Amino acid sequence: MASATENIMPGETGPLAEANEVAGENAGTLRIALAQTNPRLGVQAENLQDHLTKVESARDQGADLIIFPELSLTGYFLRDMVPDVAIARDAEAIEQLAAAGKTTSVVAGFVEESAEHRFYNAAFYSENGRVHHVHRKVYLPTYGLFDESRYFASGDRIRAFDTERFGRVGLLICEDFWHLSAAAIMQAEQVDMLICVANSPTRGVSGDQIETAETYWRLCRSYAQLIGCLVVMVNRVGYEDGLCFWGGSIAVGPDGKTKGEGPLLDESLTMVSVDPADLRRERLATPLGRDEQLLLTIEELDRIKRERYQS
Amino acid sequence: MRLDDDLLAINCPLVERILCGFIQQEIQRAGFSRAVLGLSGGIDSTVVVYLAAKALGPENVLAVTMPYKTSSEETRRDSAEVVERLGVQTVDVPITDQVDAYFSQFPDASRLRRANKCARERMTVLYDQSAAFGALVLGTSNKSELLLGYGTQFGDMASAINPIGDVYKTQLRELAAHLEVPEAVLAKPPTGDLWIGQTDEDELGFSYPEVDSLLLLLVDQRWRTSELVRAGFDEDFVERVAEMVRRNHYKRRMPIIAKLSRRTVDRDFRYARDWGT
Repeated sequence: MASATENIMPGETGPLAEANEVAGENAGTLRIALAQTNPRLGVQAENLQDHLTKVESARDQGADLIIFPELSLTGYFLRDMVPDVAIARDAEAIEQLAAAGKTTSVVAGFVEESAEHRFYNAAFYSENGRVHHVHRKVYLPTYGLFDESRYFASGDRIRAFDTERFGRVGLLICEDFWHLSAAAIMQAEQVDMLICVANSPTRGVSGDQIETAETYWRLCRSYAQLIGCLVVMVNRVGYEDGLCFWGGSIAVGPDGKTKGEGPLLDESLTMVSVDPADLRRERLATPLGRDEQLLLTIEELDRIKRERYQS
Repeated sequence: MRLDDDLLAINCPLVERILCGFIQQEIQRAGFSRAVLGLSGGIDSTVVVYLAAKALGPENVLAVTMPYKTSSEETRRDSAEVVERLGVQTVDVPITDQVDAYFSQFPDASRLRRANKCARERMTVLYDQSAAFGALVLGTSNKSELLLGYGTQFGDMASAINPIGDVYKTQLRELAAHLEVPEAVLAKPPTGDLWIGQTDEDELGFSYPEVDSLLLLLVDQRWRTSELVRAGFDEDFVERVAEMVRRNHYKRRMPIIAKLSRRTVDRDFRYARDWGT
């Protein structure tokens, strides 16, 4: 299955032939569990138990991957609680959760304390029972109802990573996803799957749908088509100090069509099946990634950098 | 005025769902399962009791009626109909004796002092009833009132959680119609029932749809005065409303604390209300 997703990476002729066999003949679907949870605010031990229960349930249902929302182990509106709930990336809770997944990969959110005692809004991806990648949120919203920069340090890298079953994967946290540059980097990284974990609160209730939800779904569909990858967004539910997190998690195929979705506002563990062969078909139909002029983009960005910062 | 006709429109089924979830979950987080509120038979408290009955079940909601001797007969009748339709629990606690006993010492007190005293008297009744009923007090102040400061601090503005504090009065009418509250509640003009014949709009000097449109643009969308005037609002009206919002801000905040230490309550000692729940 790994090669089924690798096969669509341009320029890699080696795995391509092998991958075609797998994709064409016996490519199975991959199963992803979208865990729309409602964590208790700052009660990490209890949230961890809830994670473990859901990981087990997802494994029983044959999930290859289970995705929890942003800050799923702690809740969102932590404020001065941030240092109290912060843990190292090799903390027992993280290792326990990764190990519980066994062959089911786990994505979950936590507050990471670095060796320098900086605090990050972070999420990890585990594979075969071990933490495989950690992303630290780069874009910390500090406007309107948000005040993340007051409490968190900003991550300093946006990088994809290779996985056994899902090919090349990008992991972003909420506001990161709203920055085109983050999506552009993920396109340059040639990701097969882009995951966004979110804690998005409801704002705007005049239309048919919650405004923030509509924008999020639009971003998911646009990125899926423009990058030519699977996009999976998982958002939490529940209330914190009157903020209502709307759930509405979604998996969008590279054709921009919905592969599965969680309910609006309610807790759920939603199973979604995706066919890695979709990637090949879509990239044949619309080879935007193939035609991307990365060097040109870099040159233009370099020019802008010179003009803006070095003049 | 070149403004959207549906500027104040809300998706009522969606709002109902969000607010019922809010009542249910925020009460649960605090370790309770019941709610108490003051029911006047006006739109605000009627909407809140409808939402609470749906969210918690009518048996878990206590609607307290607290008439003063000048309270109108409509108030009594409309509250009774709401209680009967929903099947919520109810208790009638007239406040005339205690308020009059107090003012016998200050017979010259103004109408405003008396109205504020009634509001605060009702607050103490509600908080006592909440202890007896094992419940949280639900707020019934809408966004228009909160912004204009059209309420009594530590009186009707006091509550544990407020489901309608982000809903303008004009939007509440929409929501009330959607919830199918009694026609009489929808039909009567908004009144605090502060004294005989009092209506909000007479006292304020403008209508709710008028001021709600302005507040939505001014507060939610942050239009500048010049832009509001260009859109057709009277400049004096804009300035008067903006000044009401500013002048009454103290009512929306905790008391100011003199800072001395490294961490001061409400300033740099920052936790969510739902801390650890």
